[in-house]
Amino acid sequence: MKKYKEVSIDPTTQQMHKRAQELGIETVWERLEKQQPQCGYGLLGVCCRNCMMGPCRINPFGGEPHRGVCGADADTIVARNLLRMIAAGAAAHSDHGRHVALTLLIAAEMAEKSKEEGKPTLELDNMASSTLPYQVRDVEKLKAVAKRLGVETEGKTVREIAKEVADIALHDFGKQDEEALTFLKAYLNPKTYEAFEKAAEKAGMPWFENGVLPRGIDREIVESLHRTHIGTDHDPVSILLHGLKTSLGDAWGGSLIATELQDTLFGTPQVIKAEANLGVLKEDYVNIVVHGHEPVLSEKIVEAAQDPKMVELAQKLGAKGINVVGMCCTGLEVLMRHGIPIAGNFLQQEMAIVTGAVEAMVVDVQCIMPATVDVARCFHTKIIDTSPLATFPGAIHIKFDERRADEIAKEIVRTAVENFPNRSKQRVEIPKEKMSGVVGFSVEAILKHFGGSLKSIEEAIVEGKIKGVAGLVGCNNPKTKHDHNHIKIANELMKRDVLLIGTGCWATAAMKYGIFLPEYTDTDNVGPGLREFAKEWGIPPALNMGSCVDCTRMLVLADLIARDLNVPISALPVVGSAPEAMSEKAVSIGTYFVASGITTHLGIVPPVLGGPKVVKILTQDLYDIIGAAFIVEPDPYKAAKLMYDHIMKKRKELGI
Amino acid sequence: MSTDSKPTIFIDPAKCIGCRHCEIACAVEHSQSKNLFSAIFEDPLPQPRIHALPMGAYNVPMNCRHCDGAPCVEICPTGALYHDKDGAVMITPEKCIGCKMCAIVCPFGIPEFDTLNGVMFKCDMCPDRRVEGREPACVEACKTGALQFGTIDGIVSKVRKEKAEQIVKLKEGLVEERYNGWDIFRSMQTVLIHINEGDSE
Repeated sequence: MKKYKEVSIDPTTQQMHKRAQELGIETVWERLEKQQPQCGYGLLGVCCRNCMMGPCRINPFGGEPHRGVCGADADTIVARNLLRMIAAGAAAHSDHGRHVALTLLIAAEMAEKSKEEGKPTLELDNMASSTLPYQVRDVEKLKAVAKRLGVETEGKTVREIAKEVADIALHDFGKQDEEALTFLKAYLNPKTYEAFEKAAEKAGMPWFENGVLPRGIDREIVESLHRTHIGTDHDPVSILLHGLKTSLGDAWGGSLIATELQDTLFGTPQVIKAEANLGVLKEDYVNIVVHGHEPVLSEKIVEAAQDPKMVELAQKLGAKGINVVGMCCTGLEVLMRHGIPIAGNFLQQEMAIVTGAVEAMVVDVQCIMPATVDVARCFHTKIIDTSPLATFPGAIHIKFDERRADEIAKEIVRTAVENFPNRSKQRVEIPKEKMSGVVGFSVEAILKHFGGSLKSIEEAIVEGKIKGVAGLVGCNNPKTKHDHNHIKIANELMKRDVLLIGTGCWATAAMKYGIFLPEYTDTDNVGPGLREFAKEWGIPPALNMGSCVDCTRMLVLADLIARDLNVPISALPVVGSAPEAMSEKAVSIGTYFVASGITTHLGIVPPVLGGPKVVKILTQDLYDIIGAAFIVEPDPYKAAKLMYDHIMKKRKELGI
Repeated sequence: MSTDSKPTIFIDPAKCIGCRHCEIACAVEHSQSKNLFSAIFEDPLPQPRIHALPMGAYNVPMNCRHCDGAPCVEICPTGALYHDKDGAVMITPEKCIGCKMCAIVCPFGIPEFDTLNGVMFKCDMCPDRRVEGREPACVEACKTGALQFGTIDGIVSKVRKEKAEQIVKLKEGLVEERYNGWDIFRSMQTVLIHINEGDSE
């Protein structure tokens, strides 16, 4: 891999990367360079480390060795490795979901306990009491979720409903029966459900009882590890079928629970205007970056930073105030719900520290580079790790406990504020660029905006004003120029009148580029049909649906359209894309998109090319098994064309 | 023309997958213990004499070519460099004064400087293994055939025969596209490199 002319299309990242080089600070791009050449066995997925007879690798040129010590061939090894990636991704999302469900349960139980102690009853029953660490901010959403799950809400207090919903969610993690997940059954349309049921039979494996319907969120992840243990499952078809099942447990289980219960606790996003990019850091303020994925803590940080005592302390120490900004998906969570500005996406985490203006980077879980600690050592910045399951050597550890949320959040904010005098003013360089955008398009916000139903969108699709919908997700990867594929693919699709919805680091990239401004529809990057539709409804040509765990919002939206048209999701003119995929979570998301019936493009080659049968299953056979498959194409222009062709094919099949 | 009976390490960059297993095997072979698990605890740590370099979508393993008219042997002022009986270019550390002239004249950038002892070191084609009739450590470690060991005539005639077979098959229309994941990966890698090298508008 050769050195970059520019590492990013984003001017702030270019500037900060140059600044890092001037200061002799190593960043992700230099580390990638030092990793070259990266091992081809790993790149192709033909390296197996699952037992101690190994490690084994298969010669991809057809010569010996053809098999590992146990006799596993390239396809078995590639499929097993992919299943482990899916399982890890599903585990990360789902554990996040579990944490949210537990938070809701803990809050409900604390309300119950306080009530027994004779504290004001009504507030506690409504889960609105400020004595609780967490309240139910969106009662309507809680009731809507309860209704879907078949929980009787009439005559029950919010506290009682919350407890019942949390119990059902937690039951989906650990239940041992053969039934599909309760959440899946509550959210999925019957036709797609049927497709899940029949998938394994279509693949020639009728012994998969209930097809690829996930039974327990944790169970499918555990079974993935079991199947990939030495001497267990060896057929790439059955291994990959279980991959679909595991990822569906993430989609319609773990991730869905995370999104729905976060909305319950912190409010469902509504349309709101906000700003993005490193320019949101403020020179005269205490800057706190909340980075990671779980809003359970960052919500509290936002609250604590508004505490008059904290602001006063900041002013006493010479700052004008406290500026909380987001990074990665934690950033998107607080952006969507409160309009808190987002400083950047995955590849900008080190860049934010290089500004020299960050007092504290508060991290929780997932996609946080341990290198942030090393970069922070070059400045006054403090990295504060907060999750008991994510510890960073060299960071300050202020571990989080939901029961003492406010107290801990205040301690974290105080630590940041007290660090302000340590800032070296002459080393501060904050890029100017920032961009505003209209965000907050949860399914509920979309429904509200379009008058209570998706009819207008569906009609525009049938009319051909909009050709279809593309869901863009996830990640940056230093192997490809930062944000480049995200923006090119977005533009190429919008030019072809494809309405975009998206989440994760794609959404932050799009926002930085101005795509979430309604004015963007006037550019040449938006086709006439999409322009007319967006103007008619006063929306940007692309809708930010939240963090990567919120990819389930896109699934729920697709489900609603599928219900309206009385078809499975796989019949819809809808595609997905992860243009700059990086994480195992992205592998799980890509797989659950495909498994749910949405053909999905990957812009980064996943480690599967060493197994020809696996490649054929993923890119061809899955169409017959589940109605959708993967497209792998690193060229964004070609990729957009392939995605558009798929949309047109689906339109033709629907007869529109 | 006389045949060359001296052994050589032949390189095929198209088959180098960049696993750097050759580098590890080389370092272990040149350690005191010759065992991976103890070699990593040795002081000084053993160093590899072969390096796989990323060159765009290709990787090129670079090691000593053991030239017949080796410039390094010719320029060495103390006679520390010499050809052994198999034609391998060797260094006598005791005679080396660390002037680095060998590195200056080497057309491939092979001789490296050992700062601890102040002498040069380079590929010696694994003399201990040659005595036992075994191939060099890097060649043994290479599972894709990117590194091959033998006489130049032997290797070249093998390659010639393979190509001839392909020509016949091509003529008879028998060539079937054999799946090669690495070639597919490399073509996609070329696209990425093209994107990364371009300007942003």
